[in-house]
Amino acid sequence: METIKLVIDGKQVETERGTTLLGAARKAGVDIPTLCHDDRLAPYGACRLCLVEIEKNGRKRLVASCAYLAEDGLTVRTETEKIRKLRRMILELLLAESSTGPLESLAKKYGLEESRFEIDRPKCILCGLCVRYCTEVKKKNVTCFIGRGIDKEVVFLSDFSNSECPMCRECLPLCPSGTLYSLYLKGFSGKPETPPNKNI
Amino acid sequence: MSKLKSAAELKKFRQTILDGRDAGKVCVTICLGTGCLACKGDEVHKAFVEEIRKQGLEGKVDIRRTGCHGFCERGPLVVIFPKEICYLKVTPGDVPEIVEKTLIEDKVVDRLVFADEDGRKIVHEGDIPFYKHQNRIILGPNRLVDPGIIEDYIALGGYSALAKALFVMTPVEVLDEVKKSGLRGRGGAGFPTGTKWETTRNAPGEPKYVIVNADEGDPGAYMNRSVLEGNPHSVLEGLIIGAYAIGSHEGFVYVRQEYPLAVANLTTALEQARELGLLGDHILGSEFSFDVTIHRGAGAFVSGESSALMTAIEGRVGEPRLKYIRTAVSGLWEKPTNLNNVETWANVPAIINKGAAWFNGIGTKSSKGTKIFSLVGNVKNTGLVEVPMGMTLRQVIFDIGGGIAGDKKFKAVQTGGPSGGCIPAECLDLPVDFDELDKAGSMMGSGGMIVMDEGTCMVDTARYFVKFLSEESCGKCVPCREGLKQTLLILDRICSGQGREGDLELLEELGEVMTEASLCALGTTAANPLLSTLKYFRSEYEAHIKEKRCPACVCKELIRYYIEPAKCQACLLCAKNCPTGAITGEKGAIHVIDQAKCTKCGACLEVCPSRFSAVIRISGRPVPPPVAAGTPVQRRK
Repeated sequence: METIKLVIDGKQVETERGTTLLGAARKAGVDIPTLCHDDRLAPYGACRLCLVEIEKNGRKRLVASCAYLAEDGLTVRTETEKIRKLRRMILELLLAESSTGPLESLAKKYGLEESRFEIDRPKCILCGLCVRYCTEVKKKNVTCFIGRGIDKEVVFLSDFSNSECPMCRECLPLCPSGTLYSLYLKGFSGKPETPPNKNI
Repeated sequence: MSKLKSAAELKKFRQTILDGRDAGKVCVTICLGTGCLACKGDEVHKAFVEEIRKQGLEGKVDIRRTGCHGFCERGPLVVIFPKEICYLKVTPGDVPEIVEKTLIEDKVVDRLVFADEDGRKIVHEGDIPFYKHQNRIILGPNRLVDPGIIEDYIALGGYSALAKALFVMTPVEVLDEVKKSGLRGRGGAGFPTGTKWETTRNAPGEPKYVIVNADEGDPGAYMNRSVLEGNPHSVLEGLIIGAYAIGSHEGFVYVRQEYPLAVANLTTALEQARELGLLGDHILGSEFSFDVTIHRGAGAFVSGESSALMTAIEGRVGEPRLKYIRTAVSGLWEKPTNLNNVETWANVPAIINKGAAWFNGIGTKSSKGTKIFSLVGNVKNTGLVEVPMGMTLRQVIFDIGGGIAGDKKFKAVQTGGPSGGCIPAECLDLPVDFDELDKAGSMMGSGGMIVMDEGTCMVDTARYFVKFLSEESCGKCVPCREGLKQTLLILDRICSGQGREGDLELLEELGEVMTEASLCALGTTAANPLLSTLKYFRSEYEAHIKEKRCPACVCKELIRYYIEPAKCQACLLCAKNCPTGAITGEKGAIHVIDQAKCTKCGACLEVCPSRFSAVIRISGRPVPPPVAAGTPVQRRK
């Protein structure tokens, strides 16, 4: 396997070709926040929290580290002032919709107490982990997105779910916004299940 | 029809067409683009067929159904060749007179020709100011071609560029010619076309695909639609040449299902091109084979974004994907894919025929050639205009567009579609090219140009575009989806008089996160209408927030309708037309609006005779106390 050398936050890092910047950083002990990433799933790039600055041939730009592949000679900065500002704003937007565990601790890390936006909790933050897990890992497609723009939603398609869902409930603990369980109940007509995990 | 098997056969075929046509023969050309069709152009066509039959002129006069000529404001348009007599706003009722006077007596029907502001009549199409300042490389042939008849296109020299590319040039020479021409993508981003072609050509992986992006979805924009409807072969020829240069054998046209005429005309064009051997196996007898599939879009604005469009062709939801590997390298089914806009492809045949140097001579240093704009909004001459890059906004809006309708004052022009910016009067002398528009906080986009007069509220305008984008965003990434949602909520508040101190700074922060952190170009440009209006019209936002005043008197919650007692002549018109019965008044007595009942529909303002102009809108100050019921009017002298 070909080895790639790059610099992440001043550290010399070696990684295999085909590794994402996020993967390379985490392996080197550099923490980059994410909400829509899962190592078992294809990169999605929706939460934008994992944005990092890359510098190549003197040119700087921001990229989603969950998807950008490590390149030789790249200089990566994961916590510039600008990145902190963008992450804070992204978290503030999300905080208006959800304030559960992972979001709360990230908000704290970025010095956010409360969102300046109209609070409308709890809402699904459309990270897509449940949808992608069901599609990519379980290959069942029981959950899906409907609508687009600000009306986009995650749903369990009632009839389809009843016949196709393997009832593995593996999607439930993936949810960072704590809304999946109620969607799950809504999707299965008249068969409420006990939550598999009390934290949800 | 048998297949043409060489360049010589194409040339011969063209000569046969030309020999069968008499250039001096009278031809009635009727615009049947979407605009003129909506104004009953089809009935005008029927009337001509009928009247020409009645007058026994069949065979002596040709009738041609064409695509959009561009001067949509004055449609349906009829141009009579060879004298190029242009009649405007023709109704079926005008047809017998045109046939008798012009076709039989060789006279001009004066009342149907263009008259300038001094009343001078202009008979020839090309002399009308709207057309005179244009350079119509792409749109020009529209009026000479029936999109359903391939012979019309070939008669103009159509497919000769393809023959030249196939038999005189190597693929690399074609590519170099396009590179040298300086052609940049007309879809919005302005990426150098030749460089993009080269990337796909050199990218590893087979097959390679080429795509026409005809998913035009900007409100008010219809440039691509008119080219596809009116001259589909020009796009197809460009596409085949591009495929040859790139080494692709399979192409797609992604066109909106909402453009039925474009789909129909394109389908016909493909069939005719196949019949003549211009598409399919061994094109014109060469070694090169290529074919095209039409993919009809399901109506999502975001599917115009290249990666979303490719996802949609693959049969999945049209959502942009992370493209750190460019679609030119890994696009459709992860194969090298070159996507260009309708207008970009349509430029290619002319570049191959006339050469890069010719194309290079048109436009500015960084933007070559012409650009089609759909000039709409509060402008006198609504329509499609094609101008050399570098023409100023003032020339486009005032010389071609004829200035502001109703002789009101110009306020702003929004270029580049919903995610373009609003440019104020002080920037009217800006030359229109990719880079200058970017610098002004707007963009070229695919060529939308919405002109706004002084009666436009810029906060409300920003809100309109933000609302459009919030519904048309795919909703995948947080900055775009949530950023647009919160921006819309704040703009809604400001427009309804609930704006707060700090809102503008918060909007700017939102604009920054959308621009810097969004996944695709829809998100990174979504803040343009907001940020450009904040930049150029900040005082208007401040008036809404601090004084609860809408300076243009547009935002309903911030205005009141009021009848000025000194001007009211007690004509009863407003009282009769008020849907809520909010206006009291009798003959001889000043009318009064009951503010509690008024729903601000504006009917009173519309019906109040302009010689009185007694109804006004008030914003930012209290409505004066009403006059006592029955107060007699002050008669005007």
